[in-house]
Amino acid sequence: MSTENASNSQHYIAVQQADFDVAHEYAELRNDNRSDGAVVFFTGLVREMNQGAQVSGLTLEHYPGMTEKALQQIVADASTRWPINRVRLIHRVGALAISDQIVFVGVSSSHREAAFDACYYIMDYLKNRAPFWKKEVTSQGDRWVEALDKDKQALDKWQ
Amino acid sequence: MNILFFAALREQLGCAHCDIDLPLPASLATVRAALIQHFPQQAKRLAVGHALAAINQTLINDENTPINSSDEVAFFPPVTGG
Repeated sequence: MSTENASNSQHYIAVQQADFDVAHEYAELRNDNRSDGAVVFFTGLVREMNQGAQVSGLTLEHYPGMTEKALQQIVADASTRWPINRVRLIHRVGALAISDQIVFVGVSSSHREAAFDACYYIMDYLKNRAPFWKKEVTSQGDRWVEALDKDKQALDKWQ
Repeated sequence: MNILFFAALREQLGCAHCDIDLPLPASLATVRAALIQHFPQQAKRLAVGHALAAINQTLINDENTPINSSDEVAFFPPVTGG
């Protein structure tokens, strides 16, 4: 269930149930890469307190096909906007436990500014445009996570 | 036409997809109105701003966007990944 962006071999995008290994992803951003002086990456994890309730786990649903397309578009937009080279974007789906890794976004560039900004941009847009939904298991039962205004407002800084 | 639903909206409507009878092409607004007529109890959840719409797997903000019979159409709640 993973898709690689055929249009740009520098961009690896995957939607998968399996966990990912940050050391492997970092190595893929760095190996045989003589031109880039910066690698920035972000990992998102499942935390135990969310929207006022104790969470014991969650399930991530997505819209197969659209998800990959949306992620490819976000990465393509980021690479138009900044001089970035390699991008690795992995988002997990299915059942996850507390502290599990959810998402990895890694970006390489010759200089740090572009890598920092592009990584931040990709996460902000992923939160608003990629069709994933979290359903949490809480002490008060299962519930769908509500989208937050702050995530929507986060896009303002990129206008 | 066949319409897909995801996440909370799928559970609230009680189906992952449904068939709506209406003449095509039609605007997204018309399709949304037909959907609300089909599920009157869920009118608020299907309204603009509550249910996002995708045509051919692309998010659509303009309710005037035309929909043809060959298009894949989906409605779902605001996304919460990451």
